[in-house]
Amino acid sequence: MSRTRTERLVNLVICLLSTRRFLTAAQIAATVPGYEHDPDDARDHEAFQRKFERDKAELRELGVPLETGTASVFDSEPGYRIARREYALPDIPLEPDEAAAVGIAARLWQHAGLAAAASSGLAKLRAAGVDVDPQATLGLEPMVTVDPAFAPLTAAARDRREVGFDYRVPDQDAPTRRRLQPWGVVCWRGRWYVVGHDLDREATRCFRLSRVVGAVRVTGDPSAYEPPAGVDLISHVARWSGPVERTGRATVLAAPGRAAGLRRWAVEVVAGPDGDRLVLPYADPESLARHLVGYGPDVRVLDPPEVREAVIQRLKEIASRHDDLATAGGSR
Amino acid sequence: MTRPTAKGGSRTSADRLARLLNLVPYLLARPGIEIAEAAGDLAVTERQLREDLELLWVCGLPGYGPGDLIDMAFDGDRVTITYDAGIDRPLRLTPDEALALVVALRMLAETPGVANREAVERALAKIENAAGDLVGAPVEVRLPADVGRVEALRGAVEGGRALRITYYTAARDETTERVIDPLRMLMVSGRAYVEAWCRRAEAVRLFRADRIDAVTELDESAVVPPQARPHDLSDGAFRPSPDLPLITLRVGRGERWITEYYPCEEVRAGDADHWLVSLRVTDLGWARRFVLGLGPDVTVVAPAELAEQVRDAASAALDAYAQPAPDARRAPAPTAADPALAAGSR
Repeated sequence: MSRTRTERLVNLVICLLSTRRFLTAAQIAATVPGYEHDPDDARDHEAFQRKFERDKAELRELGVPLETGTASVFDSEPGYRIARREYALPDIPLEPDEAAAVGIAARLWQHAGLAAAASSGLAKLRAAGVDVDPQATLGLEPMVTVDPAFAPLTAAARDRREVGFDYRVPDQDAPTRRRLQPWGVVCWRGRWYVVGHDLDREATRCFRLSRVVGAVRVTGDPSAYEPPAGVDLISHVARWSGPVERTGRATVLAAPGRAAGLRRWAVEVVAGPDGDRLVLPYADPESLARHLVGYGPDVRVLDPPEVREAVIQRLKEIASRHDDLATAGGSR
Repeated sequence: MTRPTAKGGSRTSADRLARLLNLVPYLLARPGIEIAEAAGDLAVTERQLREDLELLWVCGLPGYGPGDLIDMAFDGDRVTITYDAGIDRPLRLTPDEALALVVALRMLAETPGVANREAVERALAKIENAAGDLVGAPVEVRLPADVGRVEALRGAVEGGRALRITYYTAARDETTERVIDPLRMLMVSGRAYVEAWCRRAEAVRLFRADRIDAVTELDESAVVPPQARPHDLSDGAFRPSPDLPLITLRVGRGERWITEYYPCEEVRAGDADHWLVSLRVTDLGWARRFVLGLGPDVTVVAPAELAEQVRDAASAALDAYAQPAPDARRAPAPTAADPALAAGSR
């Protein structure tokens, strides 16, 4: 944008903020420098109209609330103005420690688009007189990252518009097409999910944002549905990934100085002549077995038998699967 | 040639308009501010700021006479707005700006161990209030973690001393003692880390808070060597470097989840239900434990060395099971073990 265009747009904003009456395009052209043209010359007039349309679009994109209306019932031409109350950032009386927190929050984004939005938002707060201490820290700062589907899904949830997207779960071969009325987006344990009403399953569902393939399609009109009142989004995600009760106790024999990972997990360690006996809390024998197999010959399960059997079974299958492979690879 | 070139041009122009509309209220709130200070604050050069002021100087209310134009007084290197022509307030937040600030603040408020959480929550409430409907933001954040441990670590890091830590390294399945000079604490993908100069590795390392089993503050200040640089964490805490060993696995349907949990170099469809997954590992010993733990639905394609290690480890373990088992309950009195550790591991 040239300097003249920037100048024209600043003047346009000032002009429309200062007027109570709606001003028509012709009135604006006669007032704001940069719109001078001959309205009787068709080509000149058309050029003006194009210029004015571009400028309006630019202002709207910036978030300037351009109102359209007519000054009186006798006017047929639409007019424009900017309501000061809609334009101006309301007063946000931030204490210094609060302002520091906002300043820190604004630099947490690792996502380029939202990082830019956060810093331009912060610039507005500063313009409103808020002083931000750039040196402030809170001792521990989260890196805020989001998946590409974050922006379209939060916008759709805000506007209550139905969306469609392709969703890939690793144990399926191809993505499936899903249709959703999104209620909101949740960050749970560092991962992002969208929660909403699944239109095909006719039930509440959550989807992991990292599994959305390609673009999110906004398919519905705004305000097309109403999320249930007081819905607790987190609870829908946390329900199936909540904490596990480890009530089982297994005893294993660990080679001296080995299996450091298991030792940290043990509730009891007893040194013995043939190794250290570790008592391990567990919930599910199969997943404990998986874990123990990782330590190979360094760990031997003594009890309970179901874990011991599960480990032996897995070891047998792994050994036989790798028997041919290792030989083939070694002979190459 | 005043028009910026195509790419990024319209973005910079929109940026400039936004900056100009912000500049008047910014200066209005800070009469007599030094131009250099304002430029630093607004992240523009002093020259750019002066150009912005010149442009604003010829803008104003219709009429555009001396009393209508934006006016300012210069006193040496200082500037004061004396007439604002009605743009005395910044533009309200856009939905994206409100969302970006609110979500980041919620992240901060939810981060365990954050100092002055109460200030974060007050700030969040005020921003939400000002943004109004823009952030009926349907975004919620929960980052559960071991708050007590993280807070203790933060206290130790803020103490400014070198720390002796007992640290579990999963890559080598070993617990070691080392002295570190902390740089900062951060949270990546829901996990807390201490970033520090490690005197043992003589490099900057990230230490996962849940793997720090003990901390002692030493009687010396933390000294971070000048060559130490914080990690670039934009791609997560673990970014495999190309000089690490590459392994390729044939992965059955039930174990395909690994492609979501570990950064993979390549994932291809193989025969039947299998995927061929290539990933870089810090250590082949780790890869052996990893593959063994995944179980029979995963086989090593390459390197052959890893396939042999997996086979040998499985055979050796089976040989041990073929021997008569020692009695599980023949146990003398237990030695000390910290039950609190059990909660921290997976």
